Amino acid sequence: MALLVYYNYYVVFFLMMAGFYMVIARGNLIKKIVGLNIFQNSVFLLYISMGKVSGGTAPILLAEGGHYSNPLPHVLILTAIVVGIATTALGLALVVRIKEAYGSVEEDEIYAQDKDA
Amino acid sequence: MVRMRSLLAVVMLAGIYSLISAGLFLIMDAVDVAFTEAAVGAGLSTVLLLGTLALTGCRQVQRQHSPMLPLAVVSITGVVLIWGTQDMPHFGDPQAPVHHHVAPRYIEAAPKEVGVPNIVTAVLASYRGFDTLGETAVVFTAGVGVLALLGIRRRRRAGEHKERQQ
Repeated sequence: MALLVYYNYYVVFFLMMAGFYMVIARGNLIKKIVGLNIFQNSVFLLYISMGKVSGGTAPILLAEGGHYSNPLPHVLILTAIVVGIATTALGLALVVRIKEAYGSVEEDEIYAQDKDA
Repeated sequence: MVRMRSLLAVVMLAGIYSLISAGLFLIMDAVDVAFTEAAVGAGLSTVLLLGTLALTGCRQVQRQHSPMLPLAVVSITGVVLIWGTQDMPHFGDPQAPVHHHVAPRYIEAAPKEVGVPNIVTAVLASYRGFDTLGETAVVFTAGVGVLALLGIRRRRRAGEHKERQQ
């Protein structure tokens, strides 16, 4: 039971490490970006799960009052999602550009071409 | 998803993952985050990834790298992170420090000071309005970056094509 109270962190860390593994172990640039997205999403889950209060409701005021979950992580993550999509778009644009310059999105083929040049 | 070779399947699974995480946000009371994630994470980012696949092809080449080193790095990092949770507040604990600093102040004062019942909106648009403006600037910069990387080059190539024809 003592460990179960932390289960949100375990879920987050599993997802985080899956994304991290995808970034460092796979040579395909698109897969790296998907991995980065998974990592990012796990950080969002970490923040939101820390803002959750047992028995609380969404932080929209009720006439009769009540317990609300912490709204501040929600605000932070709302901003982070939008910034995240901006960085993803930029990364994918770079991938398209690399594909046209090198004819490949595989990391080691690009590295080999750079070495030959 | 990590082991899959077809990039199309990877992108589709990423979209599903994003939608499921939007559901999790909803369960954890973050309704605003949930619908942003469903629209932006599951919708827009899938469209962007599919667009990239259309331009770059969707097969991944099989590689013979040993997965041992990345696996070791990932496992060690994971163990260190789990070790780091020892002092963390429990899930859903109302006594956690994060709920007792500035958060109650916002929850109490936001309806009086801003007049919007949704506290997330009040904080985002009013208390942290400049931050949201900065966020818009980031998105604008990224848009300019994408255009600089993809848009101008296309036009130049079209110009070269015309010159060749002449």
